[in-house]
Amino acid sequence: MNGIVELRHNRAQLALHTVRAGAGAVRPLLMLHGLGERTPDTPPRYLDVWPGPVFGLDFTGHGRSTRPVGGGYTAEILMADVDAALAHLGEVTILGRGLGAYIALLAAGARPELVHGIVLADGPGLVGGGIRPGSPYVLSLVPDAEDSAPDSYALFELSRDVRPPDYAQEYVRQIMQWSGLEHPIAVATVTRPEWLDAVVAEPGVVELDLRAALELFAAVD
Amino acid sequence: MPTDPAPPIERPSGLDDHPGARRPDRSRFVSSSGLRIASYEWGPPDAPVVLAAHGGFDFAGTFDVFAPLLVDAGWRVVSWDARGHGDSEHAVLYSWAGDLRDALAVLDSVTTEPAVFLGHSKGGGIMLELADAVPHRVRALVNLDGLPSKNNWPDVSEHERTKMLHTELTGWLDHRRRCADAMRRPGTLEELAERRQRMNPRLTLDWLRYLVSIGGRQDPDGWRWKIDPTLRFGGFGPWRPEWSMQRMPGLPVPVLGVLGLENEAMGWGTRPEDVQPYLPPDARLEALDGVGHFVHIEQPQLVAGLVLDFLQAHL
Repeated sequence: MNGIVELRHNRAQLALHTVRAGAGAVRPLLMLHGLGERTPDTPPRYLDVWPGPVFGLDFTGHGRSTRPVGGGYTAEILMADVDAALAHLGEVTILGRGLGAYIALLAAGARPELVHGIVLADGPGLVGGGIRPGSPYVLSLVPDAEDSAPDSYALFELSRDVRPPDYAQEYVRQIMQWSGLEHPIAVATVTRPEWLDAVVAEPGVVELDLRAALELFAAVD
Repeated sequence: MPTDPAPPIERPSGLDDHPGARRPDRSRFVSSSGLRIASYEWGPPDAPVVLAAHGGFDFAGTFDVFAPLLVDAGWRVVSWDARGHGDSEHAVLYSWAGDLRDALAVLDSVTTEPAVFLGHSKGGGIMLELADAVPHRVRALVNLDGLPSKNNWPDVSEHERTKMLHTELTGWLDHRRRCADAMRRPGTLEELAERRQRMNPRLTLDWLRYLVSIGGRQDPDGWRWKIDPTLRFGGFGPWRPEWSMQRMPGLPVPVLGVLGLENEAMGWGTRPEDVQPYLPPDARLEALDGVGHFVHIEQPQLVAGLVLDFLQAHL
């Protein structure tokens, strides 16, 4: 369990991994994984451009974090997972993959004073459930005897969570109004679901490749 | 694993009864993918089923006057405390999808035959979506002031809205940071009833005292509501009221909608003209003047009469 801090989010224990320790040349980078993923054991090569320490949070139901009984996942609850990491780390830049990119947007919108730039990258769960609900389906699974991750309810519910473009834009506006940065959002994805198209259309959002996006926030005080 | 064989039915001794109120005949825990849901039944086990969902921040005991009126007309009423409410388990996660799953788990535990779905407020929205999800399991749908409209959404400028959302988001996250150790505030039974009356100004204190004795528990330092202190009023999210309404026109069963037209803080402000365009064939809409949002709790006899009349006419 070396390099893992257990954070408490209400009844869930969340694993915050130190992906790469480092001196405080610049604020930490917080990695948010995609749907079904977990924090990688070793830093991806593109993080060579990040001069500070790197942490990764396992969302509820993923990796080494609590797998709840009975499902009930929402993007907003994962946003509060991230807030538990912010309470521990203080100011960070966030790199989110897939589902983690959407959650990064929500978290930065909710805590603009603690999130110094977000980088949105391709990964599992980037699309979500589209811009309006589809036909309802009520999934009931027999609970597994063992505590395995990821939780199947997380995979099901967080691939159906509805992401209206105007909802995503509300978070962009929160970030623009309170972050104090001219360009607080860097979009590095090739895939562009509708919510992300709406994000890119907002003033202050820049499109950069992954390394350039990380360098942008590494350079800004 | 469960240590209690069944959720409690009896009220603490020495408390006043409420006219017409009858505790359920049976109770048991239902497992919803491992989560313990407290479920209750009034009426004979072989009578046709009405599956009844309570509103947000309520509990099944709020049907204690209403359900027996249906039972006396030959029905078996099955209800449950939503996850985190009443005597159901406090969960790690709460969501609309989770509530739907729990509702289906209770139905599955009772019957595979089509049942009457009934729900109040948020429970009305849950049962509406469940009817859409499992149309082969529903005979008729009764919605008690649980049809959302845009009327209670604040009509404010973009700038105001950004400020409001900021306040809401930080308030909610601050609550999440604190709530791991949160306890609800204790008080006397009378104090809890008086606090509740601020949200339910149209209910008598006598009725509210009765409800506290079921939805609350007596700790050494006083009474407190059983509901999970994590749960919180208000909120934000991507949900839009019209999405719920759009599930109604295609329902294959008779639908009764009941609206309480008296405005109150907990109400949804929905007017008949908001609902009319979405009603399916064979639907009936009753708009009650001088009745608030908690239609069946405030006027159990009146609302039970409407429901029984509707069921008799259509089934």
